[in-house]
Amino acid sequence: MAGHAKELDAATAWGGDGSPFRLTYGKQMMWFFLLSDALTFGGLLCAYGYFRHQYDSWPVGEEVFNAMPFLGNGFPLLYVALMTFILIVSSVTMVLAVEAGHRVDKKGVIKWLTLTVIGGVFFVGSQAWEWYHFIHGSHYGAILTPEVWNNGWATIKEGAEMGISQEFVLDFGHGKVFGSTAEEQALVAQYIAEPLAHIQGANMTENEYAPMIPQFANLFFFITGFHGFHVLSGVVINLIILINVVKGVYDKRGHFEMIEKVGLYWHFVDLVWVFVFTFFYLV
Amino acid sequence: MVRDDLNRDNEYALSANHDEAHGVELRKMIWKVTGLLTLITVVEVLTGAFVKQYIDGTPNSIWPVIKWSFIVLTLIKAAYIVLKFMHLGDETKSFKYVLLTPYFIFMAYLIFILLTEAYHVNSILYP
Repeated sequence: MAGHAKELDAATAWGGDGSPFRLTYGKQMMWFFLLSDALTFGGLLCAYGYFRHQYDSWPVGEEVFNAMPFLGNGFPLLYVALMTFILIVSSVTMVLAVEAGHRVDKKGVIKWLTLTVIGGVFFVGSQAWEWYHFIHGSHYGAILTPEVWNNGWATIKEGAEMGISQEFVLDFGHGKVFGSTAEEQALVAQYIAEPLAHIQGANMTENEYAPMIPQFANLFFFITGFHGFHVLSGVVINLIILINVVKGVYDKRGHFEMIEKVGLYWHFVDLVWVFVFTFFYLV
Repeated sequence: MVRDDLNRDNEYALSANHDEAHGVELRKMIWKVTGLLTLITVVEVLTGAFVKQYIDGTPNSIWPVIKWSFIVLTLIKAAYIVLKFMHLGDETKSFKYVLLTPYFIFMAYLIFILLTEAYHVNSILYP
């Protein structure tokens, strides 16, 4: 507004009778923001599909993500299922906070919003652990061998983990395990002693899960990272609104619509995770 | 003069307030949707853990069916979150279309372009 804006009177300002959408300005703008954010995530997941289909094979989610804190490996998808469940539950507590807000029930809003914040913190913490584990890699890492499967790349695993009574076996991925016979064991020992190359863990240029596909780790970092950043900012926003509720800002206003607006953002974060979960871990 | 939008905001926000009886109904719906979302996730994870994409290094022939059912289940979950938890189902018809139409048009366009042009892009990048 430049300098001397003319004061508007009701007749010239808005001749209509309320918003054609019958909802408030703030909620509309939150929806439009979420629409643009949804396009961003949609674009990212399309890019993921594009890179993925450049390659004949792609790491299988349940083979890469099979660890549990304190319990070790051998639990395919269990940890990420737990993360998903935490996020769904925190979405539920959020919708209950919104419902309490509609009844102008301040105590209810505080209770459910606090639980939502706790759920969000748990999710971000779980993701930090997931990243730590992903970057650190498995016990022994992956080696390059002269064998024909998976371009020669195999992960070194303890036989017990794969249900084979040998000390070490080579996992070429996609269910191709090498080292069950005595002849193969001799080769396994030789490959482990003098690998053609060795990768442990994951970074932006190489990763042991798909040594030929650096994009696998890049996309994992970028998309789950971008989503995690959304969760983190959601937790901060929820916390700020929670403090406002406790201070009585919305009592004065006579309605708790702000809970609904931050609720929209929080559900959106859950919505994105539903898709990330499917495309990164399940299929 | 009072800002028009703020004035209106107050009106709509207040009209959205409801009594305890309606609250009971809403909470019932919320727990129903929660149960459904949890059930779908459990089914997905169990299927993902027990049906292998590859058996002894060769692709499992049933996998495409599993994959597409995962995608359909995901879309069902997404629809419930958007329509029930985000209450888009309760908004006016015009607002629903204002949000969903551009999104679906743009995503369909993007997927279409990727499917039709990806080979060409690849042939330029990696001749």
